Amino acid sequence: MSAAEATRPVIRKTALNAVHRQMGAKMVEFNGWDMPVEYPSAGGIIAEHNAVRTGVGIFDVSHMGDIRLHGSEALAAVQHISMNDASRLAIGQAQYSAMLYPQGTFVDDVIVHRLGEDDYLLVINAGTREKDVNWVRDNTRQFNCKVENLSDDFTQIAIQGPKGVDLLQKLTDADLSGVKFYWVTRGTLAFHEKSMRKYLQDILIARTGYTAEDGFEIYVPADEPTSAMVWNAILEAGKEFGVVPCGLGARNTLRLEGKLPLYGHEISDTINVWEAGLDRFCKMEKPEFVGRAALEEAKSAGVERTLVGLEMVERGIARDGYKVLDDSGREIGYVTSGSYAPFLKKNIALAYVPPEFGSVGSTVKVEIRGQGVRVQVVATPFYRRPKKT
Amino acid sequence: MSYPADFKYTKEHEWIKSDGKTATIGITDYAQGSLGDIVFVDLPKAGAEIAAGKTFGSVESVKAVSDLYAPASGTVTEVNGELATAPEKINKDAHGSWMVKLTLKNPGELSGLLSAADYEKFVAEESGH
Repeated sequence: MSAAEATRPVIRKTALNAVHRQMGAKMVEFNGWDMPVEYPSAGGIIAEHNAVRTGVGIFDVSHMGDIRLHGSEALAAVQHISMNDASRLAIGQAQYSAMLYPQGTFVDDVIVHRLGEDDYLLVINAGTREKDVNWVRDNTRQFNCKVENLSDDFTQIAIQGPKGVDLLQKLTDADLSGVKFYWVTRGTLAFHEKSMRKYLQDILIARTGYTAEDGFEIYVPADEPTSAMVWNAILEAGKEFGVVPCGLGARNTLRLEGKLPLYGHEISDTINVWEAGLDRFCKMEKPEFVGRAALEEAKSAGVERTLVGLEMVERGIARDGYKVLDDSGREIGYVTSGSYAPFLKKNIALAYVPPEFGSVGSTVKVEIRGQGVRVQVVATPFYRRPKKT
Repeated sequence: MSYPADFKYTKEHEWIKSDGKTATIGITDYAQGSLGDIVFVDLPKAGAEIAAGKTFGSVESVKAVSDLYAPASGTVTEVNGELATAPEKINKDAHGSWMVKLTLKNPGELSGLLSAADYEKFVAEESGH
């Protein structure tokens, strides 16, 4: 065996891996995980994307990590490492936040759930799992607070789309109409399997997601039989709503239409909060958190680049990493994410440009295969879900 | 999927149909399947010269950008404009959705391409079946 082979990282699999393969999913490696990118049998990325916008789709998001902090100083610990204000959370409430380096750049973005009095759950990205767990451990030692890595304990399934609530309600006794967006409840899930009635008790059900749509994320035990039973039961119960399984391809285009950041693209260890435009999740009125001092300085210095939404005016698709040019062809920035947007039926992108190029309505260019192609700066998010009437 | 016996194929998954003087080029059913939903096609204009083995355009799915390689050299005489507004036609009928027509510069080049049977064998190996 060569040295290269000896150090080759192991590709990780979720408990639903065999189920995805059985369903004919196209698999890709994503951040060290073998994950479905699309299900051709469900119609592929565009069909999956539009099912979530108009009906319901389900995703295996078990590659996401979970860190629990509990103990008498759990709140103080969370407040120290998270830029949002966790003291505002009621029990059962969740908030979007981020963990920052002292220089005000991103360790990762997270969802902070308050599960109990001194009990918090941070849901983190797959690609940053180990880094995040170490970061949380190293930066909360001074607090009376236990840090548990629960990442391998859960199969996390996202049920997303306007019909997600009706689908999930068929399977649980929890009253989902009483769970507001970014709130969490616990409930029993009930399934029929081979004429047996099976129950999973005390399951965490969060009204959260990464699709810019209404939806839920449920956390079930990570063993393969349970995971497969739950996945199949959701697909079965969802037939009347036209449910489709969705892969990472649709997950990416859905989050892009909603301008939800992706680590390594819109946010990273070299991009700060102000540049990323995540001001409203960063509570500078908190006296202290890691990154705060640097952010205060950065605020008074002003940003040199800002994240903007782009829409192609001329033919072409701006992709991640493409250069943004001014009219004279000078490089002024770069694309962080870009794709055909299946619901909006437009070619859209997010990019960092100097603030003077960021006003909505102005045009710049993106270099596509050596050609400057005209794009317009547009308001974001590109897509906002319709308000319920 | 059957690959028409009167086409020739490249290992980059283009097909070419020729009468010896002129030719029609597209991508194979295997290519459309592995790309997924095609949302954009970038093709040369009529009059452009393309060279065997060199890129002459690109095709993009939601996820991926893929270069198109010319199976043969020649001058583009016609471009399938329909694909600019309806690129998904390639997903529905890859072997019927031609991209460009050309006048061949050196018809002998085609003899180096794969037959339908050889191409089928090639993709079976590539996809591990």
